[in-house]
Amino acid sequence: MVDLTTRLGSLTLPNPVLTASGCAAAGRELGQFFDVAALGAIVTKSIMVEPRSGRPTPRMAETPSGMLNSIGLQGPGIDAFIEHDLAWLAEHGARTVVSIAGGHTDEFVELARRLYGNPAVSMLEVNISCPNVESRGQVFACDVSASARVISAVRRAADPRIPVFAKLTPDVTDIAAIARACADAGVNGFSMINTLLGMVIDTDTMAPALGGITGGLSGPAIRPVAVRCVWQVHRALPHLPILGMGGIQTGSDALQFILAGASAVSIGTAVFGDPGAPLRVLAELEQELGERGFASLSDAVGFAHLDRFARAARRPAEATASAVRR
Amino acid sequence: MSGVDRIDVTDAEVNRPVQELGEIFAVQQVGEYTQFTVVAPGIAETARPGQFVAVAVGGPKSSMLLRRSFALYGATSPGEFAGTVQFVVAAHGPGTEWLIRQQVGERLDIVGPLGRPFPMPKDPVPAVLVGGGYGTAPLIPLARALIDAGSEVEIIIGAATAGRLFGELVARRTVGSVSVTTDDGSAGVAGLVTDLLPAAIAKLDAQVVYACGPMAMLRAVGEVARQHAIPAQVAVEESMACGIGVCMTCVLPVRGDDGRSRFVRSCVDGPVFLADRVRWADVGTLPDDLVGADAMKGH
Repeated sequence: MVDLTTRLGSLTLPNPVLTASGCAAAGRELGQFFDVAALGAIVTKSIMVEPRSGRPTPRMAETPSGMLNSIGLQGPGIDAFIEHDLAWLAEHGARTVVSIAGGHTDEFVELARRLYGNPAVSMLEVNISCPNVESRGQVFACDVSASARVISAVRRAADPRIPVFAKLTPDVTDIAAIARACADAGVNGFSMINTLLGMVIDTDTMAPALGGITGGLSGPAIRPVAVRCVWQVHRALPHLPILGMGGIQTGSDALQFILAGASAVSIGTAVFGDPGAPLRVLAELEQELGERGFASLSDAVGFAHLDRFARAARRPAEATASAVRR
Repeated sequence: MSGVDRIDVTDAEVNRPVQELGEIFAVQQVGEYTQFTVVAPGIAETARPGQFVAVAVGGPKSSMLLRRSFALYGATSPGEFAGTVQFVVAAHGPGTEWLIRQQVGERLDIVGPLGRPFPMPKDPVPAVLVGGGYGTAPLIPLARALIDAGSEVEIIIGAATAGRLFGELVARRTVGSVSVTTDDGSAGVAGLVTDLLPAAIAKLDAQVVYACGPMAMLRAVGEVARQHAIPAQVAVEESMACGIGVCMTCVLPVRGDDGRSRFVRSCVDGPVFLADRVRWADVGTLPDDLVGADAMKGH
């Protein structure tokens, strides 16, 4: 038995596997396949203040080991979300991370206020990095000062008892610089990575395959980019927890993120192909940790950053034996 | 409306999807299509006409992450044999090409039954069923259910060419009264299914039309039904990433009970819609009056 308990700032979770924003709606559909309370938490699809239609179709293109989406943050608006979705999650015992998105700082602040004190909310994930917006200038997480402005405002407006995480984009030159700006603005941790901006052209129609022209690339194709981002941000800010995501399909994939410095992981695109993926990854991760002799998840967080002498010194004898077998 | 514009919500909730690793029991070539029979008792047990399955493609190490969705052609409940589901595949990409190469005895990862079934009339009513291409597949079990419930049924099937027709023989065995059209006249009457639809409605004094096929056909069927002041329940064939309602890719602009239009998910709110609720002309666009369209401006 491995102790899978993990901490994301002030929030303690019974295990480190969560859903990913935009890949689990608000949990209800996946609740047909497994108990939503069995996961570390459900991360809900980014919600905005007003109802939002999203972009025209086609909204999806499959790519090698991945997919592009251009949903455009379709959602019911915060009122309907609180009344229907959050209530359902609370009723079913799920811990809930609410992802919030906005067109400007005031909208993020409004969302943080509306969710203030709601016992169903365990954490806020601030989506400052959705690629499916009209202008790259609105991707806050591409800009140091815009990121800091939003995070600082949300942190001040949000319930102080719950952690505020910034969702970061890999589409920047120096992700650690964005992370440092968020840290200075009071963020409690990072969710990373959001999708990469991508594009597919349909060679039959000779036009962009997506209605939104560009879309966000997700799936195993982006996993090495995600692991690299987690590694860099953990190295820069080892005291801040990371919720890692990007193409995780198996427990072994999840372990890479943990070793790179993530304290928990989100399962996103894998859910589309395998609705049971989050619980399967959780079981596989526990086994992977056990095989390597880790008594607890927290011992493995950032383990890959240790030098080889430190890794050898910390490694239990039984793990060495099983590693040789592998 | 004749009691077929709504389905019983309680039924839909009982009808929970499951994921099964099912052995392929039979593979048959039918014209240009491949018909699969797969052992999947959990899906077969509750499946109803109009629902679909989502099948993983490419094997466990596949680089194709997304499932392919197929309307259920049949489901034998676990009482008979092992409990199997049937669906029909048209190869038109790497995923479906992989699928049609799979042999008897191999296993497929299937999720189902998914989506809302065709709503059944409370009392028997004459019904015309219209299938385009392999869109005929879900109409066969529907025809059986309607006939078993005492409804009079007529079926029209059509396709571009004779090779792309599906289910003519089984339709004749099931329904008796079958009309066939092809665009090129290679089988049946040269023309479109909608050329024959008004006469079929008039002949039966039909109270409802059911259809499945390409979007242009569904739109045209809906128009004919509207002219006859009867509802058309149509099953769309939208491309889906997840099939279970979480990804939001398969949306269509649909008018709700409140008269307002929204992007709704074909997979869980459909695939069956009342044809006159779907804003066919606006598919692929973002109409200004859609709920939440104003929020898309400037962001």
